Amino acid sequence: MRAYYSLFKMRVLKGLQYRTAAIAGVCTQFFWGIMYIMIFEAFYKSSTTPQPITYNQLVQVIWLQQSFLVLFMLWYRDSELFNQITNGDIAYELCRPSDLYGLWYAKLIGQRLSGAILRCFPIILIAAFLPKPYRFSLPADGISFILFLITITLALLLIVAISMLIYISTFYTMSPTGSLLMIAVAGEFFSGLIIPVPLMPSILRKIVYLLPFRYTSDLPFRLYAGNIGLKEGLLSIGVQLVWILILVWLGRFLMKRAFKKIVVQGG
Amino acid sequence: MIEVESLSKSFKVAKRSAGIGSAVKSLFNPQYSVVNALEDISFQIDEGEIVGYIGPNGAGKSTTIKIISGVLVPDSGKCKILGNTPWENRIKHVKNIGVVFGQRSQLWWDLPVIDSFNLLRDIYRVPEGEYRKTLNLLISILDISSLLTTPVRQLSLGQRMRCEIAASLLHNPKILFLDEPTIGLDAVSKIAVRNFIKTINQERKLTVILTTHDMNDIEALAERIILIGKGQILLDGTLTDLKKRFASHKIVKVDFTENTKSINIEGVKILNRSKESMALSVDLDVIKVSDAIGFLAKDLDILDVSVHSRPVEEIIVDLYKVYQI
Repeated sequence: MRAYYSLFKMRVLKGLQYRTAAIAGVCTQFFWGIMYIMIFEAFYKSSTTPQPITYNQLVQVIWLQQSFLVLFMLWYRDSELFNQITNGDIAYELCRPSDLYGLWYAKLIGQRLSGAILRCFPIILIAAFLPKPYRFSLPADGISFILFLITITLALLLIVAISMLIYISTFYTMSPTGSLLMIAVAGEFFSGLIIPVPLMPSILRKIVYLLPFRYTSDLPFRLYAGNIGLKEGLLSIGVQLVWILILVWLGRFLMKRAFKKIVVQGG
Repeated sequence: MIEVESLSKSFKVAKRSAGIGSAVKSLFNPQYSVVNALEDISFQIDEGEIVGYIGPNGAGKSTTIKIISGVLVPDSGKCKILGNTPWENRIKHVKNIGVVFGQRSQLWWDLPVIDSFNLLRDIYRVPEGEYRKTLNLLISILDISSLLTTPVRQLSLGQRMRCEIAASLLHNPKILFLDEPTIGLDAVSKIAVRNFIKTINQERKLTVILTTHDMNDIEALAERIILIGKGQILLDGTLTDLKKRFASHKIVKVDFTENTKSINIEGVKILNRSKESMALSVDLDVIKVSDAIGFLAKDLDILDVSVHSRPVEEIIVDLYKVYQI
């Protein structure tokens, strides 16, 4: 356990080493957020039928999406791991007396957290002082905030379990581009980062609910905004747990299989 | 301590000829050829030995190291290292070994060296007191105290290699595998690395297996060498054995006043010659070095003579020729 914690700490330290990247990220996300909100403002103004999510709730969701972007984007990756696999430095990792899945899992959580910690506070802070329709406000109520905290923690575990599959696929394909692109694009769409899940057509929504992706960002953010009730929230926590178990098991299984066939070439 | 018995490993290598046509063809019908990296490798190494594991590029040195360090799984064969089979009890096995892959890095590129060291302490669960002791020892022998707080990316290759070696010894392993530890280092760093290996071997009874292309490494360190070529062990013995068997020649270098007379002595071969100097190879089975110099003195006005044993490097090249690898 100590090793995992230590690795996690290292990754956070490494992330904190690069401040300019974080500042650039904050600016991008901030303007991206404003742009999104304006698009949806136009959408809400042009339609008279009531939508399944209110404009105000949607603003909350968008700000959360932008501030926690690095926590939940599948394209946010640790190229170091990919390099290790493709150039063979993985040989060193295999000489360590610990389970590689766990080590990488800890490393990836550290990477995402370090990225998010540097970026989320400035965005949230600025968004909280914006004029009314664009403002980021406090959570709907105390209970939704607690649910938000629980689900966002589980969501981080879930997204890392999904991304582990991308890393493991590199053992087979030798190039991260394909699986990264496929899973990242599909994942982004199915987790409602392009079109918010409540605004999707009902058939699509059904599909989205069957997949693990929406349990990463859609669920916690809508809980915060008060768009999801207590009962559905509790039920979804169960679903999150089940997905984490399934994906971690699958990842470990595939990794074990990959190691039997591993070839470290050269030098 | 290390027992390896009839280890074999083959790789599947994709094959296609140049050009777009064959590239398209190989999309539908990929061709593979099987390369036998290791065939029936067996050896035994006892505690405290330093063994030089040598062979040309592609001979299977690194493959062997990777198998006995638990990174690769062989096709067949047995291997017991301190009672563990590396690819079966990987986690138990790797606690006993330290590995340095000269062409790879285990340190975190962006962070100060000491952070990587502390991480390794936690990964190997080294108790704090023991860790301090080992670290202090390594710092003093390898002279790296001033490097510890520098980010790895700002170290020179020689500095980094010293840190890499320290990193692989922090958990106090019983066996150290060094895969080309002096590759790309300058003379000073090479000597520092060699001295360190010698010291740690004597002080801690550390068993060292070392692969290298630098024969000076072997001469300075290894009492025993295992020569491997095309996946097979060609020779397993001491360096003196090797020299006795294959060093039947001496090199004589002569400086003289300008002279272009041709030299013809039986058993003496001219390796290169200029107007004022030449290098000769003397076959000791045919002629004694002193006689050869005597003959030379008759024809030339000699200014300086030096006699060298043939470098191990050349002996190895000869060995390769003998075994046709």
